[in-house]
Amino acid sequence: MAATLLESLQQQIVPEAGAATLSHDGCLVFRLTRDEVVPAVRRLKEEFGFDLFLDVTAVDWPADALRFEVVHHFASTRQPLRVRLKTRVAQADPSVDSLAKLYGSAAFMERECHDMYGIVFIGNHDLRPILLYEGFAGHPLRKDYPKTREQPLVPYRH
Amino acid sequence: MDARTVPIVPVAPQGAKDGAFEYLTTRKDELVGWARKFSLFPYPFVTACCAMEFMAVSASPYDTDRFGAALPRFSPRQADLLMVVGTVTHKQAPVLLKVYEQMCEPKWVMAFGVCASSGGFYQNYAAVLGIDRIIPVDVYIPGCPPRPEMVIDGIMQLQDKIARSQHAILTRTF
Repeated sequence: MAATLLESLQQQIVPEAGAATLSHDGCLVFRLTRDEVVPAVRRLKEEFGFDLFLDVTAVDWPADALRFEVVHHFASTRQPLRVRLKTRVAQADPSVDSLAKLYGSAAFMERECHDMYGIVFIGNHDLRPILLYEGFAGHPLRKDYPKTREQPLVPYRH
Repeated sequence: MDARTVPIVPVAPQGAKDGAFEYLTTRKDELVGWARKFSLFPYPFVTACCAMEFMAVSASPYDTDRFGAALPRFSPRQADLLMVVGTVTHKQAPVLLKVYEQMCEPKWVMAFGVCASSGGFYQNYAAVLGIDRIIPVDVYIPGCPPRPEMVIDGIMQLQDKIARSQHAILTRTF
């Protein structure tokens, strides 16, 4: 059953073959463009039963033209399956569409990803800092954020 | 015997040995320090994994109650020992400062574990590299986490420090 689902996923989510790969841990990996994300996720949720949104994070590749790789993870509670979506965006416009309308839990995770990498989730209207604090400049998990840079809220004694 | 010569503290009849004592001589600072060092009321500001070690040292096998420092007060207004147990982040720093400022004098601060002492292995955007950047610290306990013996040693060192201190109780100087 799982194998059939995988096959049909591979064929239907991204029509051009070869776009999806199976990672060593049995996670189906799709590389999508920015516009394909929401339609693909809607089909994953509504047709293939991936009802659990696990996480959204990003990877910073400083040397690449499309610098940031936004990574979504989904799981199915009916099948022992996971799906990973990778979407590359450029530093000049690091934005992807929000999934908060499809998965309510996405809203907070997108806030965290916005904190750490500065990815803008279009349609998520509450991107206030969630782990960081108001006034924090920059995005600490980007590779160009200096390791020793501190932004204290309390003046140091010495 | 007229009223003027009657002592205020009743004394035992001449020669009787009942063990009562009527007065003692000491130094004020020694007396107050002795009282204070055995009645530390800790406020545990516990943020991270060192909490496990705090529980271990508080519980019966090691038992900080032997040093008069067992009863945690969960209001800083009732505490005189601030135990900072675990990593403090920049986001938490204003809270720690507020807790410290709410404590009444006299007050002491213990940095429990290497994160509170120096930031430990953290050097990043989030961690404060030692709480002494924000508030004054009286005793540092290294270790990740510290052994209970180290914590007890820290409490004893703090007790020595309190016993050796000046304790102004009436005026600024006395």
